[in-house]
Amino acid sequence: MVTLNINGRDMQVEADPSTPILWALRDNLNMTGTKFGCGAALCGACTVHLNGQPIRSCITPISSAAGQKITTIEAMEADKVGKAVQDAWVKHDVPQCGYCQSGQVMSATALLRTNKSPSDADIDAAMSGNICRCGTYQRIRAAIKDAAKTLA
Amino acid sequence: MRIEWMNTEELSGASAVTSNEPPSGASMSGMSRRAFIKTVGVAGGGLALGLFMPGVSRTALAQAAKPSFPPQAFLHIAPDNTVTVTINRLEFGQGVQTSLPMLIAEELDADWALVRSELAPAADVYKDPIFGIQMTGGSGSIARSYNQFREIGARARAMLVTAAAQQWQVKPEQCKTEKSMVIGPGGKKASYGSLADAAMALPLPDKVTFKNPKQYRIVGKPTPRLDARAKSSGKQAFGIDKSLPGMKVAVVARPPVFGAKVAKFDASKALAVGGVIAVLEVPTDRGGSGVAVIGDGYWPAKQGRDALQIEWNTAAVEKVDSAMQLAAFKALASQPGTVAKDADMNALAAAPKKIVAEYEFPYLAHAPMEPLNCTVDLKDDGCAVWTGTQFQTIDQAAIARTAGLKPEQVSLNTMMAGGGFGRRAVPTSDFVVEAVNVAKAWRASGKSGPVKVMWSREDDIHGGYYRPSHVHRAEIGFDEAGKVLAWNHTIVGQSILAGTPFEPMMVKNGVDSTMVEGMGEPYQVPMKLSVHNAHANVPVLWWRSVGSTHTAYVMETLIDELAHASDIDPIEYRKQLMGKDNPRHVAVLDLAVEKSGYGKKQLPAGHAWGVAVHKSFDTAVAYIVEASVDKGVPKLHRVTGAIHCNRAINPMSIEAQAQGALLMGLGTTLPGAAITLKDGVVQQQNFSEYTVARMPDMPVVDIHIVPSQDAPTGMGEPGLPPLAPAFANAIAKLTGKRLRKLPFDLKTA
Repeated sequence: MVTLNINGRDMQVEADPSTPILWALRDNLNMTGTKFGCGAALCGACTVHLNGQPIRSCITPISSAAGQKITTIEAMEADKVGKAVQDAWVKHDVPQCGYCQSGQVMSATALLRTNKSPSDADIDAAMSGNICRCGTYQRIRAAIKDAAKTLA
Repeated sequence: MRIEWMNTEELSGASAVTSNEPPSGASMSGMSRRAFIKTVGVAGGGLALGLFMPGVSRTALAQAAKPSFPPQAFLHIAPDNTVTVTINRLEFGQGVQTSLPMLIAEELDADWALVRSELAPAADVYKDPIFGIQMTGGSGSIARSYNQFREIGARARAMLVTAAAQQWQVKPEQCKTEKSMVIGPGGKKASYGSLADAAMALPLPDKVTFKNPKQYRIVGKPTPRLDARAKSSGKQAFGIDKSLPGMKVAVVARPPVFGAKVAKFDASKALAVGGVIAVLEVPTDRGGSGVAVIGDGYWPAKQGRDALQIEWNTAAVEKVDSAMQLAAFKALASQPGTVAKDADMNALAAAPKKIVAEYEFPYLAHAPMEPLNCTVDLKDDGCAVWTGTQFQTIDQAAIARTAGLKPEQVSLNTMMAGGGFGRRAVPTSDFVVEAVNVAKAWRASGKSGPVKVMWSREDDIHGGYYRPSHVHRAEIGFDEAGKVLAWNHTIVGQSILAGTPFEPMMVKNGVDSTMVEGMGEPYQVPMKLSVHNAHANVPVLWWRSVGSTHTAYVMETLIDELAHASDIDPIEYRKQLMGKDNPRHVAVLDLAVEKSGYGKKQLPAGHAWGVAVHKSFDTAVAYIVEASVDKGVPKLHRVTGAIHCNRAINPMSIEAQAQGALLMGLGTTLPGAAITLKDGVVQQQNFSEYTVARMPDMPVVDIHIVPSQDAPTGMGEPGLPPLAPAFANAIAKLTGKRLRKLPFDLKTA
């Protein structure tokens, strides 16, 4: 049994301590907004925040997150930056298949928390770990810049 | 109210639909169903995944187009006025869950803000009205449902008007509709929701009239996706998110070589993993066998699989080696094969100028972001399945066959899919059949309850059903003025269609239409084209834009090379060679030139233009790109695209599809974008070895649409083929090197 603080709430997870946060979220807690894409920190679909930092939940064991703050896509609507990012995503009609977008939103939100006005190069650097097979990158770029303006 | 989609014959009968649409389009106006089928057949040369290529007999077409239509629903108007459209296609990014409802909503005069959409399960009523199977592919969801969905909207509107007129005791002609309201004389108003019950009781009208497109309020307007919010907030459920009470999760250890079998295995360590419930041998694709590990969740099942000790028997199966395959393909390419297209090659030997070129294309995995998965609840008298599939009818039959049930005992639920690009349209239903086999083994072991089979990314990369590898060889004789005297061309590759149910229809005289589509056209050149259908123990499949993934590259780089060798501007040269019969190609070239500033704008030092144009799925696309090469690394900076897809239903979606498809095309040029095999084993594991395009690869893209009133053509795939050749043509300009191998490798070029 491991206690995780997820989106501000302590939750008990009945799983082996080596279980990645991703599977604790999806299979134990039925929080399926966070997606499985590669299982090896290569695609970013599983991105969540650990103490505000974007991490790949598919390789991060729950044992290493005990007592720390995990934030998932489910909390973004109530988050000022996250909400601005989501609104910009809708406005720019970013998603296609949409599968990677939880991770994209989480990475973009983390970027905008530390960089109020990211350049193209900043966006490339912050978002290059998030694969979108549908190729929504141009709209993601535009949406991040738009969200930055909204938040300014 | 539920509008039942009755017999197409009845609805599309000779006088069933009148239309205000201009005559230029393939409108249904006054057209018999037979004529409609014929028109689509002719116009739809490359419309389908090649499902209906030129040469397909009209009889086959007519047979395929005769589905039975038991009563079913596409449209539901609730008392609260919500309009729910059920779409008979898979939504996997291409946007049909928004653009198909737009067609209904337009003719229905619905308030777009009230429109919702959902995916249909497998059922006869949802079969493609042209193809006779429920499927999504060939960039044809809009093209093939254009009339059907508009008719459903128009008929529903007529019934609502009649219901209101009866209520008010006026003539239907005295009523009009606007934003989900019927408006009658003297300021009478009734909402669709309030009329729905009465309207449902009315007979389907014989005759309805399509709107004049000048009155369109929804079609043609850039419309954000209905699912954008759900997909930006983690709320959208995909197949992988399916959960049922008591459900277990399975992962399968598949043979390292396609079709190989388990010799023996030791499950003890796997069973020792907490959460692992069962370890079972199961049949796998291509006559092979594997071991399923079933657990409480993905992680225990995966840990259990990692702990398995399996000895494989690979003796009976061919072990493909990519290097050897390439050598064999090259040897074949220099020999004439089965003739697909003939022309006099006498002028070749004495031609004043010549280009001899050999091209290589690797296997490619689709790698959709959502790894494959399939949830099966198997019982004695029925089987329920949940998966993101492009081939409901084929999968439903395969599930029934595998489970020993009748198709009507199988319920197949279409799940929102995280990409697919062709991987979910499998003639063998590989991942669905395997999941049913796992469920069978689970039950046979004395257990019961639903099982979700999940694939890891490694499983996906190793899983086969790749875009086939190809070698092309071209020998072109031309004169000083650039006139092509003879073009002798050979293609070597595995047939996608051989051995599938599509073979009789799409493989003619030994030529797989999906291997040669896009060759020659639209250029007026004497081309002799022959093919070799190579055999290899590697399952192959259509991959976004299918044959055009390689034919467009070969054609458009060679045409460019001919232009260069003849000292003619590449756009001018293309236009000369196209003649007068390709106005849509010319229109996209002209629009791309105008918008890009090609020939006028001064590019930065070290940058060059590249051009390509290609038509696939009946849509013409031209790209003019701006690229550079820095320290041997090519970089794509900007793409100006022009699209001719006839009537643009949702321009916002068209732009998205072009952006996405061209990026996928760009992805095929990047180092590592190849699946290779050694001793029959796929060498790439995950995105670490199998490269796909990422954010820094994305060029600045401007997409422009040629205005048109004609019936819409495909958009999911046509944006892909011209990207890589346009990029290669720019690189050739910068370096003098003609890249004849994908992915690009400037060092060996």
